[in-house]
Amino acid sequence: MNTNLYTYCLRLADNGLILSHRIAEYCSAGPQLEEDLAITNVGLDLLGQAESFLKYAAEIKGGGITEDDLAYKRKEKDFLCVHLTEIPNFDYAYIMARQFLMDAFNFYLYSKLVNSKDDIIAGISAKAIKEVTYHLSRSSDWIVRLGQGTQESHQRIQTAFDELWMFTDELFESDEIEKSLEKEGIGVDSSTLKKDWQMKINEVFSLAGINVPKIEKHSLQYGKFGLHTEYLGYLLAEMQHIPLLYPDAKW
Amino acid sequence: MEDAKKLEEFQAKIDADIKIEPKDWMPEKYRQNLVRQISQHAHSEIIGMQPEGNWLTRAPSLRSKKILMAKIQDEAGHGLYLYCAAETLGVSREQFLKWLHEGAAKYSSVFNYPTLTWADIGAIGWLVDGAAIVNQVSLQGTSYGPYSRAMVKICKEESFHQRQGYEIIADLSKGTEEQKQMAQDALNRWWWPSIMMFGPHDGDSAHSNQSLKWKIKRESNDELRQRYVDKTIHQGEILGLTFPDENLKLNEQTGHYDISPIDWDEFWNVVKGNGPGNRIRLAHHIKAHDDGAWVREAAIAYRNKMNAKSKIA
Repeated sequence: MNTNLYTYCLRLADNGLILSHRIAEYCSAGPQLEEDLAITNVGLDLLGQAESFLKYAAEIKGGGITEDDLAYKRKEKDFLCVHLTEIPNFDYAYIMARQFLMDAFNFYLYSKLVNSKDDIIAGISAKAIKEVTYHLSRSSDWIVRLGQGTQESHQRIQTAFDELWMFTDELFESDEIEKSLEKEGIGVDSSTLKKDWQMKINEVFSLAGINVPKIEKHSLQYGKFGLHTEYLGYLLAEMQHIPLLYPDAKW
Repeated sequence: MEDAKKLEEFQAKIDADIKIEPKDWMPEKYRQNLVRQISQHAHSEIIGMQPEGNWLTRAPSLRSKKILMAKIQDEAGHGLYLYCAAETLGVSREQFLKWLHEGAAKYSSVFNYPTLTWADIGAIGWLVDGAAIVNQVSLQGTSYGPYSRAMVKICKEESFHQRQGYEIIADLSKGTEEQKQMAQDALNRWWWPSIMMFGPHDGDSAHSNQSLKWKIKRESNDELRQRYVDKTIHQGEILGLTFPDENLKLNEQTGHYDISPIDWDEFWNVVKGNGPGNRIRLAHHIKAHDDGAWVREAAIAYRNKMNAKSKIA
């Protein structure tokens, strides 16, 4: 088994899987009906991307395991999503701030991955880039709208970014797996995405009148290496509940 | 007093199956009746997202999660078409929501029942959407143009929902013993509520006669209910499921299934607000609306700022 590629696919998959789950939790709770529709669209795209990468990971792993086994029967420590995707839906400002930070990351990531020498990754990414381009445009609009809207909305979105900023470091944390896959032309070394990402963030924050939070060094262990926030365990307990309760059943 | 000649012309158009459009003259009662019915229909789509959303985070496979998420999104879309259709009658969405929150507007009582297992997601699609389709197919021929056109769009998606629900129940029926029991239990709990979705018997329905005359409704509650029962029994039987009605049998003379008397006490009790979920559903909707107030205010404030800017420019 190509362990590096397997791990890399899980990282890509789990970000989408967990973030789309947070969006699923928000179902029927949007500020207006149009927003319920739009955010579900984003959730569906992310879930679809996750499914594709999990399918590929299952193929690489072999032995008859399926994408559902990987989603529903993996232990928490084997999930490789970044912490940012695990953050609960504290309010709409957190939801949009989390989304915008991830959308910008996904946009630059898939812009590169479309050129992957691995046909499957390139194929999934070609579809994903169309989706995340829309996601980024939508969340950017909302950040500006909230930043420039009322005093309350400005305060709320600024607070959300201040609180979430500590989790952005992880997005650009690279390791030997990513470096070697980048060398092979298959994957992307996350640290190379930071410059473009930061420029995009600065551009939208400037339009929104939002301050870029002060950079502080946090002593975080990272989700992409299997060490998570306390939030993830509860999310998985709910998500995996049926397949674990009825191990012999097919759904 | 309505102008008698206008009323006569209006009825002639209805009789000739010419659609009534928003700017056409219409009797005030026709307008009120439509406002009530379309908004009730819209609210049902929106409140109906909750019992299904209850299982979205526990959908047991990626495929079923994706399908359920898309389905709930469709319901939101249906709500949107319907609010738009209702708004053409001169009432704003904000007002519709206010009536809903105050308890002045109703939604389909079936959504006040809880979804207790994954099989309930199947039962909602198969039975609740299955019943809704029978009604909606008939409403494609409704006399009010915007409502009719919304129904045509909605029907296309609803038939997919019904298949999605039936697929879940069918898979469970072919699964482990526990899964079979889950499917049967869901049928037991959802069968009668789905039958009640068609409303009171024709003789007891407050709005029926006038609605039929104006072709707001095209067929009576009992006709639609019978069509639903007839088509559903066979679907359940081929899965080996039993309907919770000991008097259910094919009537050789009529060619239709006879069913036991409906428990109207339960129906009216739930309609009046005493169902298992009435308070929960409404409280959830009100909370989401209140929590979102600052977002809607921000969006309006931002739009106003942009409009002011473009005027200066």
